[in-house]
Amino acid sequence: MVSDLLHAIGARLMSLNHWKKWSWSVVRFVLIVGLSFVILYPILQKISTAIKGRADLYSPIVVWIPENFSLENFSHAMRIMDYWNTLLNTFYLSGMTTILTAISCALAGYGFARLKFKGSNILFTCVVLTILVPPTTILIPMYLNLKDFTLLGIIPLFTGGKDVNLLNTYWPFILTSLLAISYKSGLFILIFRQFFRGIPKEVEEAAYVDGANVTKTFARIMLPNALPAIITVCLFSFVWQWNDSFYTTTYLTTSKVMSTSLSSLPHNLNVQLQAEGGGQQDPFYLDMVQDTGVLLAILPLIIIYLFVQRYFVESVERTGVVG
Amino acid sequence: MINSLRYSFSKVESNSQGLIVNFLGFDNFHEALFVNPNFNRTLTESIMNMLVNVPLIVIFSLFLAVLLNQKFKGRGLSRAIFFLPVILASGVIATLETESLIEALNAENQSGGFIGGLRSFELERMMIQAGVNESIVMYLTGAVDRIYDIVSQSGVQILIFLAGIQSISPHLYEASKIEGATGYEAFWKITFPMVSPMILVNVVYTVIDSFANNATTTMIRDVGFTNFNFGLSSAMAWLYFLSVALILAVSTYIISKRVFYYE
Repeated sequence: MVSDLLHAIGARLMSLNHWKKWSWSVVRFVLIVGLSFVILYPILQKISTAIKGRADLYSPIVVWIPENFSLENFSHAMRIMDYWNTLLNTFYLSGMTTILTAISCALAGYGFARLKFKGSNILFTCVVLTILVPPTTILIPMYLNLKDFTLLGIIPLFTGGKDVNLLNTYWPFILTSLLAISYKSGLFILIFRQFFRGIPKEVEEAAYVDGANVTKTFARIMLPNALPAIITVCLFSFVWQWNDSFYTTTYLTTSKVMSTSLSSLPHNLNVQLQAEGGGQQDPFYLDMVQDTGVLLAILPLIIIYLFVQRYFVESVERTGVVG
Repeated sequence: MINSLRYSFSKVESNSQGLIVNFLGFDNFHEALFVNPNFNRTLTESIMNMLVNVPLIVIFSLFLAVLLNQKFKGRGLSRAIFFLPVILASGVIATLETESLIEALNAENQSGGFIGGLRSFELERMMIQAGVNESIVMYLTGAVDRIYDIVSQSGVQILIFLAGIQSISPHLYEASKIEGATGYEAFWKITFPMVSPMILVNVVYTVIDSFANNATTTMIRDVGFTNFNFGLSSAMAWLYFLSVALILAVSTYIISKRVFYYE
């Protein structure tokens, strides 16, 4: 009996397939853990800095685990960044631009992928080249255009010769993302185009045969199939908008969003602490609070990603095409 | 942009009357290419860097995307970790990172620490002794040494590939399994062609990303805003732009010939 059992176990262990699978998962485990460590290392460093007390900064004994555990950094950073308010503002802004960008870029990508017209290839090359041009070059024309916004001379007809100043509102972001010319949207159009081209034509043809027009085919057939692409684009545009300080500092001068308040955090802290007494502050200490601010800024993004991730599921059904 | 093209052909002087633009023809280009001792070197260096990095990053991120697509314990967690570089390498945070004094302090504290110990000398010696070609060895060990850079630059690409892989319909894999294909064959015959449109996207993105900040752009900015030689600076910028556009065109052409579209 026992020998039989042992024999069976032995056979199972010895089988080549089993070993292959096992060794592969070990290799995979080592690779992923190692690379995760490489990525996480700076973050861990930040966390350990954030919970350090002020006295630990120069202490040579403290490397990772602080001697004087304190949450003072967090409270400073949250107070000065006006955290909850800023969070809400940033969330509105990023969410709005993300949705609009995704819609407009999906339409543009679909157009470039399927609806061929004269010069569409040349136009597409131009789209790709727009990613190449750094945003600094088009900054000043954009700024002037938005400051005295006339919409090709239409608006003054209504307001009686006055143009509208769109700066310091959310309108610049809405307009640019609606027209798919916002930050890096050339890349999003490229992603969508490649995705739509990868979807079999038979599906679309079937829809046409059943009497759907272009719009309906796009909404009902193509979009559900491109769900992974939509999620990727949404994620990117959300994160980039969240972190973008270039456009936000140009368009929004008073409103508080995450990136601007983050970059001015050490300065504001310095001013405030000086007002409370005590001369010039230690730059290392200011940096310490700033690291805490960075942690606070990326935390919501990570939480959002963990929620969104479940839509990254496998097996997006491609029903209807066999073979 | 047209202004910068005009500047690149002329000598720009700023004084109390504003900018004075004198037409010079190709002198600025001539100076950039043949007189200035640094420009050629920096340009070729950064282009070489780009050529080395782009295939590395693309292959690496494809590999990781395939890895992260498999089923294993803690997949969600590891995907979340690999998403972090996308956040960290963008916008303000990246700028703050480079200025951070704490980072400098920490780096100082542990120079010669265990990160420094993780060099690849052993690997290098072993591979050379095993008779692998030296240039290949150098390429690979260089990649290992720069692993953090590569990982942090390939976050976006990993996500794009992941999305691409996930849109491959599972019935293809089922069919190939019934026909008796191994996992290796399935990768080359199914996964690879199906994500090839995404490879094109990633190559384009990687080229542009490495174009955005490196030694050459810093140099162009210095010439323009520190030495106030706007004409030379914009000539350099145009040369750089043209060379990158050329690389982009050539690589896109080569890849798009091989890309498989399911049409």
